[in-house]
Amino acid sequence: MEALVASKEIVVVCGPGGVGKTTVAAALASMSACHQGGKVLVVTVDPARRLSQALGLGRVHSGGANRVPPEAFAAAGVTPRGELWAEMLDTKSSWDALVSRHAPDGATARRILDNSLYKNISERFVQSHDYIAVERLFELHSEGNYDLIVVDTPPTRNAVDFLLAPERMAEFFSSRLLKLLTVPYRSRLADTAARPFYYVADRVLGTKFLEDITEFFILFQTLSEGFVQRAKEVERLLADRRTTFVVVSSLETVPVREAEAFLRLLPTRGLHAGGLVLNRVLPSYMLDAALATRAEELSARAGALASELCSAGGPLAGYDPSLVERVLEELGSNFDNVTVVAKRETAQRSELSGLQAVVADVPELGEDVHDLGGVLDVGRYVWS
Amino acid sequence: MVAVPELLDRKLLFVTGKGGVGKTTISAGLALLCASRGKRTLVCEMDAKGDLASSFEVAPTSFEEREVAPNLWAMSMDPEASLRQYLALQLRLPRAAGLGPVTRMFDFVASAAPGVREIVSVGKLCWEVRERHYDMVVVDAVASGHVIGQLSAPQAINSLVQVGLVRQQTGWMLDILSDPSTCGAVMVATPEEMPVTETIELIGSLERETTVALAGVIVNRVLPELFGTREEQVFEALSAPGATGHLSAALGGEATPLLDAARWMVKTRRSRADHLGRLREALGDRGGALLVYVPYLFLRSYGLRATRQVASALSAELES
Ligand SMILES: Nc1ncnc2c1ncn2[C@@H]1O[C@H](COP(=O)(O)OP(=O)(O)OP(=O)(O)O)[C@@H](O)[C@H]1O
Ligand SMILES: Nc1ncnc2c1ncn2[C@@H]1O[C@H](COP(=O)(O)OP(=O)(O)OP(=O)(O)O)[C@@H](O)[C@H]1O
Ligand SMILES: [Mg+2]
Ligand SMILES: [Mg+2]
Repeated sequence: MEALVASKEIVVVCGPGGVGKTTVAAALASMSACHQGGKVLVVTVDPARRLSQALGLGRVHSGGANRVPPEAFAAAGVTPRGELWAEMLDTKSSWDALVSRHAPDGATARRILDNSLYKNISERFVQSHDYIAVERLFELHSEGNYDLIVVDTPPTRNAVDFLLAPERMAEFFSSRLLKLLTVPYRSRLADTAARPFYYVADRVLGTKFLEDITEFFILFQTLSEGFVQRAKEVERLLADRRTTFVVVSSLETVPVREAEAFLRLLPTRGLHAGGLVLNRVLPSYMLDAALATRAEELSARAGALASELCSAGGPLAGYDPSLVERVLEELGSNFDNVTVVAKRETAQRSELSGLQAVVADVPELGEDVHDLGGVLDVGRYVWS
Repeated sequence: MVAVPELLDRKLLFVTGKGGVGKTTISAGLALLCASRGKRTLVCEMDAKGDLASSFEVAPTSFEEREVAPNLWAMSMDPEASLRQYLALQLRLPRAAGLGPVTRMFDFVASAAPGVREIVSVGKLCWEVRERHYDMVVVDAVASGHVIGQLSAPQAINSLVQVGLVRQQTGWMLDILSDPSTCGAVMVATPEEMPVTETIELIGSLERETTVALAGVIVNRVLPELFGTREEQVFEALSAPGATGHLSAALGGEATPLLDAARWMVKTRRSRADHLGRLREALGDRGGALLVYVPYLFLRSYGLRATRQVASALSAELES
């Protein structure tokens, strides 16, 4: 991982929801700042509250990047060679900026921003979160202020949405449906293909509403050229050799299925998967077959072992043997339980590792990552 | 527990929560429980990912309801099919009217207009309730980010659309959605930082932005409590070198990892208990009536067997 990161300018950390993308992105960036030096930026999306505090980011967007103070590193017992910067993505204001940039003039921009449908569009249309994340990445990269940019990706329902966002944005503007909607009202009647649509839409939505929508799309279409152009550039940057994708997954069934689909898609899009990080995995001793046998035996012989332990002069002399027996049984059955999960994880791991080499395992730490020290702990697992 | 009879006495439950917390597993368990209690039950997967079919180990579900167990029908939502059915019922449009491209275009417009797509989907489920086709409709709803948009669709439509068929639908749908004895939202959470935070925020939005009542909060994947206080003392004593050594000798190999595994479980459970505490605090005095716990299932795979276990865990919880 260290070598991979050293040779890249952009690391995109992606994967299914809730597996630890934000944590791993922060971990990679802070390790790079510590050991490789230079100016490192981590762009995060909606981090857990305690993680954002660890990076010195408030819950509220503060505009632009903040430097993680050297004191925070000192408190974690390290002296970084470089600087770590963190920025939180703000979808709404990024969209506003995008509209203002691509609108032909200020008046059109204002009419779009004030339209009652705009808010809805900017929140939900064509995976706007995903698009905004890549778009912001492009901007940051072209400004050239950082040696390395690590991007955390939004909690999309589907990890591949993120990759397809620029393409969908371009498709949207060139779609036949958009053209149909934005033809002037009168010439619609001439279009036989579209007539049933207008008929149904009128009946269902009412003419007035349909007109509102049409007006919005006519305005929005003025952005088309700039958007499409930009989406293409963004796609190029993602496919560039200087960009690498690090896929994070846990070994739970649902995330693994999604990570698999994602790993298959990357090469078909000409994108470079640099590595796979498995997060929150069970410690490997839980897979040990000899231990599983010992656990079984412990449960089976709990009564006899308890009497031995509690006998006069035994290590647990004075304890209630029946209580000790219960604890021993519990130890055995607990190991049995974790073995079931560990075995399932092994099966999941082999599915994924067939697609991409696993570069790091991060164990389930048993507690949330809530300060820079915790981020660096995860970092050490990721780095080695 | 107060919420208990109430939860299953409703007719329409929207099960939601952060991605991956177990919405589908819990929906399937709830539906199976209702069906086994003799209610004619429909369970509907909104995002059509196919996980619901796996929960019952049946062929993929579709918009056409299909009986998957005695008393239990399953379907998946398809906005286009739903729109088609709706148009056929409401506009009495002949099927031949070239509805294919029409619905695609409609879908396109609908993604820009808040509430239109949602009202067609949610409307279908409300309609099943209104027509009394089922005693219980369990909806495996979309994840946190989108569910509020679905449940507040009637209000959104009311404020944007002045006339038209869609507008006419909002009245009766609101009656069903707003009646707490008929309809409710069930939040699923796991006892972890992000899912709990999201659940608390979601309950806030539910109550601010929709008319749907909170019917229950299901905490899923609760790790077992291995030891009480007295057992914990024994565990500590067992961890001393003498006792562990004795066990290792008796078992013919290191016993320390067996103790480590238990310590790992205790620690992980404990860090999760903090988040549960936060959830309980946020619910205030309603917590007792709303919270339901489903244990972590240590199973090799998740299919019908898991669904049955969830159903019986829910049954036990809802009775206590
Ligand atoms: N190895 C680990 N051990 C224990 N807890 C972890 C570990 N990695 C991450 N976490 C915790 O898991 C939670 C989710 O992590 P994170 O926010 O990084 O996930 P994400 O993939 O970015 O989620 P989302 O898809 O919602 O953005 C956080 O509370 C974090 O502290
Ligand atoms: N009680 C449980 N014990 C152990 N594992 C569970 C439990 N409930 C669910 N799971 C696991 O969690 C996974 C996700 O569950 P499920 O598919 O129900 O979540 P979901 O919220 O519907 O996810 P999505 O957001 O992707 O629709 C299941 O595959 C199963 O592995
Ligand atoms: Mg995240
Ligand atoms: Mg699901």
